[in-house]
Amino acid sequence: MTSLLDVDALTIGFGNAPPVVHDVSFSVSAGETLALVGESGSGKTLTCRTALRILPETAQIRGGSVTFHSGDGPVDLLGCHEHQMRRIRGNRIAMIFQEPMRSLSPLHRLGNQVGEVLRIHRDMGAAEAKRRVIEQFDKVGFVDPERAFSSYPFEMSGGMRQRAMIAMAMVAQPELLIADEPTTALDVTTQAQVLGLINSLQKETGMAVVLVTHDLGVVANMAQQVVVMNKGRVMEAGRAEHILAAPAHGYTAKLFAAAPMIPTVATPAPELTYDDVILDLKDVTKTYTMRASGWRAPVAITACRNVNLSVPRGKTLAVVGESGSGKTTCARVALGAERPDPGGEVLFRPDAGAPALPVHDMNNMQRTAFQRQAQMVFQDPYSSLSPRMRVLNALVEPMEIHGIGTKADRRDKAADMLKLVGLDPDMLHRYPHAFSGGQRQRLSIARALTLDPKLLICDEPTSALDVSVQDQILTLLEDIRDHANLSYLFISHDLAVVARIADEVAVMRAGVIVEEAPPDTLFYNPQHPYTQALIAAQPEPDITRPIDLDLVAKGAGAPTSWPEIFRFDGANAPDLRELEPGHKVRCHA
Amino acid sequence: MILLLRYAGYRFLTMLLTLWVVSIMVFVIINLPPGDYLSNQIAELRATGQAEGVAKAEFLRTEYALDRPIWEQYFIWVGMMPGPNGFSGLIQGDFGWSFEFDRPVGEIVGDALWLTVLVNLAAVLFVYAVALPLGVLAAARSETWVDYTAGFVGYLGLATPNFLLALILFYYGNKYFDLPIGGLMAPAFEGEPMSWLKVKSILLHLIVPTFVIGTSGAAAMMQRLRANMLDELSKPYVETAKAKGLGPAKLLTKYPLRMAFNPFVADIGNLLPAMVSGSVLVSVVLGLQTIGPSLLTALKSQDQFLAAFVLMFVALLTLIGTMISDLLLVLLDPRIRYGDRNG
Repeated sequence: MTSLLDVDALTIGFGNAPPVVHDVSFSVSAGETLALVGESGSGKTLTCRTALRILPETAQIRGGSVTFHSGDGPVDLLGCHEHQMRRIRGNRIAMIFQEPMRSLSPLHRLGNQVGEVLRIHRDMGAAEAKRRVIEQFDKVGFVDPERAFSSYPFEMSGGMRQRAMIAMAMVAQPELLIADEPTTALDVTTQAQVLGLINSLQKETGMAVVLVTHDLGVVANMAQQVVVMNKGRVMEAGRAEHILAAPAHGYTAKLFAAAPMIPTVATPAPELTYDDVILDLKDVTKTYTMRASGWRAPVAITACRNVNLSVPRGKTLAVVGESGSGKTTCARVALGAERPDPGGEVLFRPDAGAPALPVHDMNNMQRTAFQRQAQMVFQDPYSSLSPRMRVLNALVEPMEIHGIGTKADRRDKAADMLKLVGLDPDMLHRYPHAFSGGQRQRLSIARALTLDPKLLICDEPTSALDVSVQDQILTLLEDIRDHANLSYLFISHDLAVVARIADEVAVMRAGVIVEEAPPDTLFYNPQHPYTQALIAAQPEPDITRPIDLDLVAKGAGAPTSWPEIFRFDGANAPDLRELEPGHKVRCHA
Repeated sequence: MILLLRYAGYRFLTMLLTLWVVSIMVFVIINLPPGDYLSNQIAELRATGQAEGVAKAEFLRTEYALDRPIWEQYFIWVGMMPGPNGFSGLIQGDFGWSFEFDRPVGEIVGDALWLTVLVNLAAVLFVYAVALPLGVLAAARSETWVDYTAGFVGYLGLATPNFLLALILFYYGNKYFDLPIGGLMAPAFEGEPMSWLKVKSILLHLIVPTFVIGTSGAAAMMQRLRANMLDELSKPYVETAKAKGLGPAKLLTKYPLRMAFNPFVADIGNLLPAMVSGSVLVSVVLGLQTIGPSLLTALKSQDQFLAAFVLMFVALLTLIGTMISDLLLVLLDPRIRYGDRNG
C-alpha cells in the first residue's frame, strides 16, 4: 500500500533555541488512522500543523520534508507555492481543532462557515452548497440540520460545535483529516460519541486520519498506527496493537502507568460510616435568576436541586458530572460563596463532637475561623496565581490576612509547605511564570495548606494537567490527606480520576445526584443509565475493549430519554432510593 | 425584528430619562457659583448710577423667574411648570434668553447648531475613514515598516496640539492648495439661503477643520483597532478559516475584522462628545461658527440659559451617539441579539 502522507526527518525550531521537533518521520496510508501521542510540549501539535503549513510565524522548519501523494502526483507541502497550498487546505487535507468553543467564529452562522469550504473549493452555487451542507450536518448527527444551518455557534453545546467542526472538515470530502486533540475539551460521554462519529465517517469515505492526542485510551479506540512523542522526538512507533499490548519504550510504559483507569472490581465496597461528618449539605437547591437585561424577561435557572451530601472526617467525597451538571455550584454553596435557596443549609463541624455550625449563618468570629478551616484548590493553576506576586508573598498572604504568627514564622511555614508539596524552599523568591503547570498546582495546594485547614475543596484540580503530572498531583493529595487528616470535597468530570482518590462518589446530572456509592460499589454494580454511560465512555488503553457506544448513547441523552423507571423532566425527578446499604440511585419505585 | 424594535424603544426611553437627569445636573452646576448674570449686572449698573438699565434688568429677572427659588427656576426652564408667561421651556421649544447677547438663545445658536453637527459629523467620518484601513493594515503587517510608520504618524497626530496643527495647515493649505483660511464659509454667503455655491464654499472650508479635529481621534482609534485586530488574529477561529483554504484578504476581513469591529462601533458614543468639547479651542482658533465659542463666552459670563442650552445639546449628541452605537451593536452581534434563544 502506498502512503498518502509522508513526513520525513522533520525538524522545527524557534529562534536560536534547539529544535522543538527533532527528526520526526512517519507515514499514513489511505483509510488508516495514525495517532500522534504525547504530553504538552512534545511537539505533536506542531508536527501535525506542518502538513497544512499553519505554524506560528516564528517557527522555522529546519529540515526534512512533508509529501502529500494525491491523485495527481506527489506534492511537496513544505516547498509548494502558497496558492497551491490554499487549494489543498480544507479541500484535500482538512483539520479539526481542540477547542470547538473558540475555533468557530461567533458572529457567523454555522451554515455560512461550513458552506464557505464549498464556495472556496467547489465553485458551487448557494442552493447546491446549502443542500450539501445540510446533508453533511445530517451525517454528523444534527437532529435538525435545517435549524443547525441557521444557528450561531454560541447557541450550541460543545459537543454540537465539535460536530459542526467535523462537518466543516468533511464537507469537501478530504483525503486526509488531521484531528488535533478533537475531544480533549469535551465531556467523556460526548468524547465517546465524537470519536465514534469520526470512526464511522472514516469507514464511509476511506480517508486517512492523523489523530493528535495525549490519551492512550483514545488511541486504543481509534488508531491502527501509533507514534509516541516526547520532547520533540519520536520515542516509539508501530502498530497500535503491539505498542498498546507491550510498550517497548520506557516513556510509553510511564504514560501507561499514569493513565487513570476505571478498575475492574470483584466485590462492592462496604458502606461508609457517617458518625463524624465534617461537612453536611442538606437539601441544597440553588436557583439563579438571569437578570433581565433591557428587554428580556428574567429566566430562573436551577443549577442544583435537593442535593444532600456528607463528607466524613478524613475521607474524600467526590462529585462527578459533566459541565453544567451543577457540581461546581455545590462546591460554591459548600464554601459559603453562594447562599442556597431557603430550606437548604450547609453544616460544618470543625472538630469531632463539636456542635455543627451553619455555614451561611455564622457570626463574624465563626466565619473567620471557617475561612481558615476550609480552603479551595482551583482548576486552572495558570490563572489562579497572581503573576505579579512572588511565591513567598502568595504563600504568606493568607497568614497575613488572618494575622497568624510573626513575619519569620510565616516565612518558615511557607518554606515548610513548599517542602510538603515536593518543591524546593529556594523557589520562594521566584514568580509563578517560572514554574510548570504541575508545579503551579503544587503551589496552589501549598497556598491552601498554609492555614492548616481541615477541609479542602478541590475543583477539578488535575483537569488542566498532563496525565503523568495528574498522577503526581493525585498522589500528593492522597499523601497530604493521610498525613494531616484532611477531608476532601473533590469535584471532577472524570470518573477514572475519582476512582483512585474517593471514598464515596456522587454522580450528578442535570442538577441532581443520580447515583451515590463508594467507588468500588459503583464500578461493580452501576445501576443508573448515566453512570453506566460514564463508565462505558471512559476510553481504555486496551484495543480489545472498545467503547460501547450503545451503552453511552442510552445514558448520555437528556433525562427524558432514560428508561421508564429513571426518566424525569425538569423538576419532578424521582427520589434518591437506597437499593442496598450505601448505594443510592435516583429512580421511581 | 420585534425584539429589536422593543430594544430600540427601551433605549429611547432610557435616553430620555438620562437626558432629564443631565438637565438637573447641568442646571445645578451652572447655578452653583454665587450670583447670576443679571444680579451682577444690576450691581454694576447701580454702582455706575444707570437707573434705566436697572429697570430693564429687573424686568428680565421677573420675566425669566430668576427671583424665584432655584427648583422653581429649574422646572420653569424645562417647561414643566408655568412661568411668568405660562408654560414656556425646553419642552415647548423656548430655549431662554441670552443676557450677554441680548437675544433669544435659539436665535444665537440657530445656524451654529447645524454647523456644529456638520463639522463633527465630518470629523467622525474622517476618523473612521482613516482609522479603519490604517488600523487593519498595521495589524496585518504588524512589526514591519508599515506598522511602525502608521504608529509613528499616529503618535505624532496624538501629540501635536490641535491649534498648532490648525495654524500649520492653514498656512500651507493656503500657500499650496489655495484653501481658505478660517470660518466655515466665505463671508459673502453668511446669512444667505442655501445654494450650490454656498455648499461648495462650506465643503472647501471644512477640509482643514475636519483634519484638525479628527487627527487625534483617528490616531487613538487606529491604535485601538490595531490592538483589537492583533488580539483577534491570534484566536483559533482565524486558524480554522486558514485551514479551510481561505485567501489572505478575505481571511482578514471576514472573521477578525468583524470581531474587532464591535469596540470600533461602540466608540461612536464616546467620540462625539470628545470632539464637540475638544473642538472648542480649535473653533476659536479657526474662527468656526460652531457653538463651541458661544459655550466658552457663556460660561465665562454666567450667561446661564445659553450655557445650559449648549451643554444640553452636547449631552443630547452624546446620548444619540451611544444609542446609535448600541443599536448597531445589536444588529452586528448575534450574541447580543439571540443571547436569549439559548435559555
